[in-house]
Amino acid sequence: MTPNLHLWLIPVLPLVGAAINGFLGRRFSRQTVAAVALGFCGAAFAMAIAVATQFSSLPVVPHIETLAHWMRAGAFQADFAFYLDQLSFVMLLVVTGVGFLIHIYSVGYMWEEGGFYRFFSYLNLFMFFMLTLVLANNYLLMFIGWEGVGLASYLLIGFWFLKDSAASAGKKAFIVNRIGDFGFLIALFLLIQHFGSLTFAEVFQKIDAMNPETAGAGLLSTIGILLMVGAAGKSAQIPLYVWLPDAMEGPTPVSALIHAATMVTAGVYMVARSHVIFEHAPTALMVVAITGTLTALFAATIGIAQTDIKKVLAYSTVSQLGYMFIACGVGAFSAGIFHLMTHAFFKGLLFLAAGSVIHAIGGEQDMRKMGGLRTKIPWTFWTMTAGTFAIAGFPPLAGFFSKDEILWRAYQTNWIYWAIGVFTAFLTSFYMFRQWFLTFFGEYRGEADHAHGDQTRAGVPAPHGHGGIHESPAIMLVPLVILAVLSVAGGWVGASRFELFLSPVFYSHNSGHLIAPSSEEAAQMRQMESLESTLTMVSVAAAGLGLFLAWLLYYRRPKLPQQIAESLGGFYTAVLSKYYVDELYATLFVKPLVDGSTRILWHTIDQGVIDTTLDDTADSARDVSDTARRMQSGNIRSYAGWVAVGAAAVIAYMIWVGTR
Amino acid sequence: MAPITTLHYLVVAAALFVLGVVGVLTRRNVVVVLMSIELILNAVNLNLVAFSRIWGLQGQIFSIFVITDAAAEAAVGLGILIAFFRNKETVNVDEVDLLKW
Amino acid sequence: MTPSTLQTLPQGIEYVRILPEIVLSAFGIVIMLLDPLVDQRRSSRMLGTIALIGSLAAIAASQYQTQCPPGTAFWDMVRVDAFSIFFHIVVTTVTAVVILTSFEYMDVQQLHAGEYYALVLFGAVGMCLMSSAVELVLIFIALEISSISTYILAGYRRRVAISSESSVKYFLLGSFATAFFLYGVALMFGATGSTSIAKIGETLNAGPVPLLAYVAIALMFVGLGFKVAAAPFHIWTPDVYEGAPAPIVGFMSTAPKAAVFAVLLRVLFEAHAPGRLWLIWVVAALSMTLGNIGALVQDNIKRLLAYSSIAHAGYLLVAFAALPSSGIPAAMFYTAAYAAMNVGCFAVISHFASAGERRVTLEDYAGLGRRSPILAATLTLFLLSLIGIPITGGFFAKFYVFSAALQADLVGLTVIGVLNSAVGAYYYLRVIVMMYMREPREETPVAPIPFGLGAALAISGFATLYLGLLPGRVLEYARSAAALLR
Repeated sequence: MTPNLHLWLIPVLPLVGAAINGFLGRRFSRQTVAAVALGFCGAAFAMAIAVATQFSSLPVVPHIETLAHWMRAGAFQADFAFYLDQLSFVMLLVVTGVGFLIHIYSVGYMWEEGGFYRFFSYLNLFMFFMLTLVLANNYLLMFIGWEGVGLASYLLIGFWFLKDSAASAGKKAFIVNRIGDFGFLIALFLLIQHFGSLTFAEVFQKIDAMNPETAGAGLLSTIGILLMVGAAGKSAQIPLYVWLPDAMEGPTPVSALIHAATMVTAGVYMVARSHVIFEHAPTALMVVAITGTLTALFAATIGIAQTDIKKVLAYSTVSQLGYMFIACGVGAFSAGIFHLMTHAFFKGLLFLAAGSVIHAIGGEQDMRKMGGLRTKIPWTFWTMTAGTFAIAGFPPLAGFFSKDEILWRAYQTNWIYWAIGVFTAFLTSFYMFRQWFLTFFGEYRGEADHAHGDQTRAGVPAPHGHGGIHESPAIMLVPLVILAVLSVAGGWVGASRFELFLSPVFYSHNSGHLIAPSSEEAAQMRQMESLESTLTMVSVAAAGLGLFLAWLLYYRRPKLPQQIAESLGGFYTAVLSKYYVDELYATLFVKPLVDGSTRILWHTIDQGVIDTTLDDTADSARDVSDTARRMQSGNIRSYAGWVAVGAAAVIAYMIWVGTR
Repeated sequence: MAPITTLHYLVVAAALFVLGVVGVLTRRNVVVVLMSIELILNAVNLNLVAFSRIWGLQGQIFSIFVITDAAAEAAVGLGILIAFFRNKETVNVDEVDLLKW
Repeated sequence: MTPSTLQTLPQGIEYVRILPEIVLSAFGIVIMLLDPLVDQRRSSRMLGTIALIGSLAAIAASQYQTQCPPGTAFWDMVRVDAFSIFFHIVVTTVTAVVILTSFEYMDVQQLHAGEYYALVLFGAVGMCLMSSAVELVLIFIALEISSISTYILAGYRRRVAISSESSVKYFLLGSFATAFFLYGVALMFGATGSTSIAKIGETLNAGPVPLLAYVAIALMFVGLGFKVAAAPFHIWTPDVYEGAPAPIVGFMSTAPKAAVFAVLLRVLFEAHAPGRLWLIWVVAALSMTLGNIGALVQDNIKRLLAYSSIAHAGYLLVAFAALPSSGIPAAMFYTAAYAAMNVGCFAVISHFASAGERRVTLEDYAGLGRRSPILAATLTLFLLSLIGIPITGGFFAKFYVFSAALQADLVGLTVIGVLNSAVGAYYYLRVIVMMYMREPREETPVAPIPFGLGAALAISGFATLYLGLLPGRVLEYARSAAALLR
């Protein structure tokens, strides 16, 4: 007898919270709004925990619960049904757990803001759609969650809608996502057309039944690539990543929840969920891997040149998502999901900590105006330190295990993926420690009276009316500490055990990956192990190099990078100056990197090409539109003329058909 | 003298149809445009009656319906025109141009 | 017609088969008769209520038809089956919603109510009749009943120059297009010797198709394409929609369109019209593209939605290019979903426009989210549905249409459609951004939502969400109805 877990309650609980706050919240006190929001989100988390306790005793996995029949049209049918297997189980815990922590944090962060109830209503609404996405039993329900999270994200990015940039950032996110969604949608049509179903189990069963050598390789590749287009939109991969940096206009907890920990990973989840399709479509897999690799590298290089603390993290998120796609692209889906999980911990942490920094110094986001905050906000400093070391990939923190696993699996497929991955790891370490040193070390470079910061920047947390840099309240610090612990310890479960846990999802179809090694293979295995540890050392060394370089440039000689950047003409004088060694480093690494990153990648490609292309497309569409409406002269005779011309064309065509 | 066949009627009807269309496109007085549309409807009637020679009474009955409808349309059309004339004091179609783009 | 059928008078059941039309006509006539008798100041409310009762009775009559066995009536002029009942219900429900919207509108605009409600009901008679007529003569008459009513209604604000201009334009171009349709009907009669769609279908299916039939189909397509605002016959739409009274735009952009699409389905599929595929392909692609591109730069919301309705006619026609088995149900579903969301949009617009339809530009909508949260929220729902966001009817409408097109291997057309709906998101979103993310230009509160409008919004909002959450039943019904058509 299969137990009934009432899975439907998990997404519906936050929906109830959203409805209560949305309709009645205006009349509630802030305490009530917070209690409602936290209560329903916490209840969902508690449900998830309850599911976790029963998960091991489930007789059948995947465990499917059908709430209601949705539609049956001919042979095609889709239900409101929920699908719980190891993969959605991991996602469920990550989403509800991290989501709940960020809800708690938001109470402190948003306390002073107008529209408090509206914010929590949107946040709960987001949780509803995200959980629907994760628990869906078929692509259609998943797509509803998929569009819903986009909508919630649009509302939350534009939350400070009085700020023009926030409103347009929200719109941009929405429209770029639409482009991706249509890839997804066409993939769904193709699935219906060829498999007559959108239910995961049915589709995958039918695909497995196909002859892998001949049948439908082209079809599955097409579907896979279209799914990847959808994933690229939601998970901010090249070329659809442009919305994510702009999305930082939203409140920081939103960036943490939606644009780091959960929503943007939906694309990775979707690709992993569709692994059966991708495994039968090598071309699509390659597209995934190449997109991931390029995005990881590209975004990391742009991250170097950013001065806004949240923008650094935004590009870093794009880059880390690239890692996850590398993992999926080389068929190491569980490694991708593992990184998804650890990334949710440490990137959620980093965003929240950055929010705490911003909060502490009255809304300033420019790292050049920070510095020396280590002693003033110690809790934030230490938690952010944990996050920084975790993302840089230092053992034994969480990021190390997951990134190492991805790089190792990438190496087995093609060493180029690995090489770019390691170089990206170096860059990651560099820009993250750059941020760390700029923010917490050296001397404070902001205005003395920061607490009455720029009030015209509507949208940043309002001044608190008390002077001095201050640590955030406990309600914000508790989630930071919990996430810091997870960022440290979250990887100790180990990649192999994690993979073993997920193996029923990923290997049930083409078993053979996890068969116990025979004796001949054992020797080979040992050799592989030594290679693996060598590679691990290389990637740790890369992270160390990044730390060292950041230390050199932003701690020991904080003026240097600026001098280098300024001394385009007087470059030789700089070389002749006394910091000869430092200059050498600078010449070799920093100048090409910073310059290249700023000028070529960020200004030229990111803003110049991709952004402008989008904007230009919109502009030229408006031009065409303007021309097209001249057709509409308002003159009846010309209108009648159009009708007559149209009629003549139709008649001519029909006569042509008729006489053919 | 050759007998008049159905084809002859059809050609006359087609000519009327073209005349009507050209009238709609070229005439500036709304009333004349309305008359041109009536011309097209009469082309239809001619067609229907001509086809009745082959297929039986049905076409003629249909043409009576068309005549009735044309009357209704003309009545309503003139009403609309009067309302319009009160606002703009013109029956020139080229001056019907408040709404555009 | 054999002498025996001429001598048999229609049976009782045959009257049931035109029951909605009888009910609507009776109520329309009652309103016309009462109009001079009742006190001018109270007439608006009273006649409106009678009209509402009439439309509700017509809905009930359509429901009642589902209990009766399907069949033909009046010497095979009318056929009532699941297909026509589907459209009856769409048309009568839209009529009820429009009447509810008009209650307040008539007072605010200080219009004389009598003929208005009667014309709405008479228009609905034509539309109902169009969807059940299976005989070209009757289709023509029904088309004219519906068109002439809407010609007058478009110019109902007769002291307003743009309203009477929109009426003149609609009337002249509309009757021009009807003349084309009629010429096509005459040629079809000549080509096949019949005006009954079933017999035409048999003839065309059986033997070599005469050239005359091709020309006839082309001419009929021109006339019907004009009525549904499909490119290149769409050109009247923006002007007419901009000038006509807002509730009437909601009416004529949904109900007659639904009915004419029903006729198109019958003419193209049941009569086995030859050579339709590429014709529809091009017209659909053109409508979607021209509609969406035209809408991008519009600042008047009625005009914007006019272009949007051209684009939606295009999406709908995509279903016509697909195979009948999946295309017809998809088209029917789209018609219903589009009717729900568009009539809702115009309900909001007609309330917000205020006296003299002053507030119809996008600028006026700035800050509506703060000034009237409920109005803004419902309009947002309808706009999201027009974009095609899930959990709204618009999503499944597009979903079924495009999946039907892909099943027919119309990859190119699907891609054009999908790209177009991405473009479309932009201008609908402009309205939403205006409402929620701009400072209001004026702080005067929006008039509270009166009961009639509230009911109209509730009905259309419910229908939009119902079709978005539980589309199964409607689609299944459409599928069974479509099976009768082939």
